[in-house]
Amino acid sequence: MKTLQEVQAEVIEDFSMYDEWLDKYEYLIDLGRKLEAFPEELKTEDRLIKGCQSRVWLDTVVDGDRLFFRADSDAIITKGIISLLIGVYSGRTAREIADDDFSFVDSLGLRENLSPTRANGLASMIETLRRTAQNHV
Amino acid sequence: MTQVEKIRKEFPELGEQVYGKSLVYLDNAATSQRPRSVIRKWTEMSEKYNANLHRAVHRIADLATNEYEATRDAVRAYLNAEFREEIIFTSGATASLNLVASSFGEAFVREGDEIVVGEAEHHSDIVPWQLLCKRKDAVLKVLPTDDSGHLRLDLLPGLLTPRTKLVCVAHISNVLGLVNPVKEIVSVCHSKNCAVLVDGAQGIVHERVDVRDLGCDFYAFSGHKVYAAPGTGVLYGRRELLEQMPPYMGGGEMIGTVRWEETTWAPLPQKFEAGTQNIAGTPTLRPALEMAQALRDPAIEAETEAIKQLILNKLQSDPRIRLYGVPTVPEEKIPLFSFSVEHVHHEDLALILDKMGIAVRSGQMCAEPLMDRFGVTGMLRASFAPYNTVQEAEYFIASLDRAIKMLEP
Repeated sequence: MKTLQEVQAEVIEDFSMYDEWLDKYEYLIDLGRKLEAFPEELKTEDRLIKGCQSRVWLDTVVDGDRLFFRADSDAIITKGIISLLIGVYSGRTAREIADDDFSFVDSLGLRENLSPTRANGLASMIETLRRTAQNHV
Repeated sequence: MTQVEKIRKEFPELGEQVYGKSLVYLDNAATSQRPRSVIRKWTEMSEKYNANLHRAVHRIADLATNEYEATRDAVRAYLNAEFREEIIFTSGATASLNLVASSFGEAFVREGDEIVVGEAEHHSDIVPWQLLCKRKDAVLKVLPTDDSGHLRLDLLPGLLTPRTKLVCVAHISNVLGLVNPVKEIVSVCHSKNCAVLVDGAQGIVHERVDVRDLGCDFYAFSGHKVYAAPGTGVLYGRRELLEQMPPYMGGGEMIGTVRWEETTWAPLPQKFEAGTQNIAGTPTLRPALEMAQALRDPAIEAETEAIKQLILNKLQSDPRIRLYGVPTVPEEKIPLFSFSVEHVHHEDLALILDKMGIAVRSGQMCAEPLMDRFGVTGMLRASFAPYNTVQEAEYFIASLDRAIKMLEP
């Protein structure tokens, strides 16, 4: 199995293939579209990530010391972003996620290319993943 | 060069680039861009006339006070108010509305009385009334809009009772962009001895406002939406009412004499202008309203009209798009368009359009009850100003199509 850092490096490389931000958005939209369907009954208040302008749901399944994430959003770019995040972190151990500094997100240049409200949403997604992991360490 | 191209040069921000593309600014309903005349006045007030108002006898205090009071005269003339003391300077429309809610509420609203607000109001014209009703145990009633976004005027007479003290409506909703029939509303309300407040935040930009012709008791607006400095605003109130209302805030120049036993108030308008005023900002209302006047040029208006037709045709003919605020006659619609696109999130659209250089607004636009009424979590809004060009409108339409294509499932 690849290490968390190797997976992150791959995502950074994929993302850097696109020069134009519109193309990067296309990539995120595509990720959002390909995200595994999220069961309607899981769209509950307690799974909503607070602090996002669009609605984002995150569901966590614990298997041993590993965490598996599923997610959805009513906005497709946001869905692409959460898809990218859970693509990296789903299946990792709680310890690995809790110890990660999430700096790979900065390498993507995502934060500065989102509107401030979206950037806050991204921060909330990261915070939720981190907190969930810490709770399971 | 067209008239619009000429006047655009007066607005420095419009020449800016974003992501290497020319900025297409279509968020004018949130705040307008400022012309050089306003920026000049703002700077001039800071560089040459920076002194506190009304107090000192020294020269620059005098000059600053003259600028400030000349602005009051200019606003009075622009609104065609009868008396200069009917013009109160505030920090914006929100402050103006809160002033009325507090002071009119104190003077006239008792337990069990009623306030009516339109369903399409901005939060700033909802929440102050909710607070007032809570304080006074009064009742807040809502005048609904129909599916096309028009106020249900037919329901108004039935809503008014002898206990209704005030009806609050926008001149133009910041979401629907339809000009409300204020004169008609005033005539219905006054026949039942009920006062009318008009939230003119959008109205002051797009309509030629004459408060005596409208007949309203209060008219509130912000400076920053009508080309002036931010943190400026106006409350017009009929003198007879303002005189009966207690001060909103205490301190500074609003006093007559201050004694431990009893303090008296300054006459209007100072009674409502406590504390140090926006010395540099408020005088920008004068060049700002002059600009608003200059923009009422027939050639400029013709171009705005063409933009309106172009966008309306597009939004009403595209089956994927739902427009909110559908005019019955073209004259009642301002060039402000809120809409949603089937299966596409408004935020995604705004984000893609941003990267194409277009500034639009997405979300609830400070009108959550209206979003609920139309069953949406938000909308996309493109709001044009007289300085926008037909080319910008065409670019917006083409970009919107491209963005939808990217986002459609």
